[in-house]
Amino acid sequence: MANVISDETIEYVGILAKLELSGEEREQAKKDMGRMLDYIDKLNELDTTGVEPMSHVFPVNNVFREDVVENGDDRKNMLKNAPEQKDGMYVVPITVE
Amino acid sequence: MDIRNLTALELGKKIKTGEIGVVEATKAALEQIQAVDETVNAFVTVDEAGALRRAEEVQKQIDEGSLTGALAGVPAAIKDNLCTKDLLTTCSSKILYNFKPTYTAEAVRNLERAGAVLLGKTNMDEFAMGSTTETSAFGVTRNPWNTAHVPGGSSGGSCAAVAANECFYALGSDTGGSIRQPSSFCGVTGIKPTYGTVSRYGLIAYGSSLDQIGPVAKDVSDCAAVLEAISSYDRKDSTSLKREDCDFTSALVDDVQGMRIGIPRDYLGEGLDEEVKAAVLAAAKALAAKGAVVEEFDLSLVEYAIPAYYVIAAAEASSNLARFDGVKYGYRTEEYEGLHNMYKKSRSEGFGEEVKRRIMLGSFVLSSGYYDAYYLKALRTKALIKQAFDEAFEKYDVILGPAAPTTAPKLGESLSDPLKMYLGDIYTISVNLAGLPGMTVPCGKDSKGLPIGLQMIGDCFQEKKMIRAGYSFECTRKYEAPELAERRGK
Repeated sequence: MANVISDETIEYVGILAKLELSGEEREQAKKDMGRMLDYIDKLNELDTTGVEPMSHVFPVNNVFREDVVENGDDRKNMLKNAPEQKDGMYVVPITVE
Repeated sequence: MDIRNLTALELGKKIKTGEIGVVEATKAALEQIQAVDETVNAFVTVDEAGALRRAEEVQKQIDEGSLTGALAGVPAAIKDNLCTKDLLTTCSSKILYNFKPTYTAEAVRNLERAGAVLLGKTNMDEFAMGSTTETSAFGVTRNPWNTAHVPGGSSGGSCAAVAANECFYALGSDTGGSIRQPSSFCGVTGIKPTYGTVSRYGLIAYGSSLDQIGPVAKDVSDCAAVLEAISSYDRKDSTSLKREDCDFTSALVDDVQGMRIGIPRDYLGEGLDEEVKAAVLAAAKALAAKGAVVEEFDLSLVEYAIPAYYVIAAAEASSNLARFDGVKYGYRTEEYEGLHNMYKKSRSEGFGEEVKRRIMLGSFVLSSGYYDAYYLKALRTKALIKQAFDEAFEKYDVILGPAAPTTAPKLGESLSDPLKMYLGDIYTISVNLAGLPGMTVPCGKDSKGLPIGLQMIGDCFQEKKMIRAGYSFECTRKYEAPELAERRGK
């Protein structure tokens, strides 16, 4: 395997991805990612010098419009999906000590 | 006459003339679901009460003359990644196990305007990530042709439901082949339109630059009618296109005289099952016999589509799925220490293995130091793939090939080796990268009795050529339903 994923890398990716992996999952993730990257490295066979990265196949421009509220206040219904709510607000753990 | 065997348009016609009532049709579908879904498991949610209520309402509007379309009163199923107001929408994931949207996806709204009766929500690979519908948190869906086999994925529930006569048509979504491959495995017809044709508003995003919603049905006519109904410009989707040519049913013409059809040699090589190859080439011959000019050509770059796709799709998925954090909706872990721990634990417990694998890969390829080497490299490759298709469409009206290298694999054979599973998407994936329309039409069965699908690919905005070719081919053979679809009662 050409791509060896270190413990530090998988730790860092876990932080970016906001995922917590158990010891076993970690080892598997290191193997899977290494193998996938080996495969993805196939792209290096292609000479892409001077080729513009294409994010959209059609020319898509930013569409600007006035910021006007069109939908009504749906707070009550939206809060029905909340894992925890109080006084019309979402409840989360303390964020600032 | 057995209502269940009708196509969507045939049923629509009979509803219009009053021969069949909307409630009667809805009951027929619900009874079929009750009879076979314990075996097939195509549905995550069946909304029996809602469907019957809606059926009465639609019947009234038809009687009053306010609903006159070809699909008015026809019962349909919706993939569970399309938001439906007040109806459970799970993406087949534990993290959305209790999520009831406060709004309905635009494509589904368009169907409702056309008089659709929604039967329920269909099973899928979790967040549309997979090719077998085995990564669902709510159990696997089984192929109606042989229940030891997978239906394909990720729209496996939608395709199995159509094949098993549990609905008259369904909506799916296609990011890398998720409509076309399961349509092939289940012996039904499915279309992925040109990117931007159907609004993605209310479609729970996986790879936003690749995702498109499309129809699954028993034949090309139904698919064209449904696609016509769901296509619309929508300012709520910034990538929505203003198209004036969405009258897709006008292309249902049995005539391919002089049509130029190209078969990529790259699609017939190593890895392709001999029986699939034979069926696809026989279909090409049938079109040639009708006057089409069929030839083989070299498309090139085919083997680079999968690695480019997995970089782009994983990158977009890692960003799109960041919203699932256990704060506003969905699953929240029970015990946690502080905010970040709550995020991490909710996500780690709520997402399945394949979803986590792709989020991790996506986070990696977007991270500083690797962004250029992986993400931008993939976007450059995408530009080259688009260019290869542009050149091919200078010579051909339609590109033809298999939808998948094999027929449906057995349950449990695919997930142990993700990379091998990814390689099964080789004929469908480049279509999403290039934003093209693609379609699967059944073209035969293998010696095990499993369906084989023919894929047709059109140039951007050229769905009509593709539909005309598909319809002309379909006219040469009869639709076949699996034995299970004809089963009566329990």
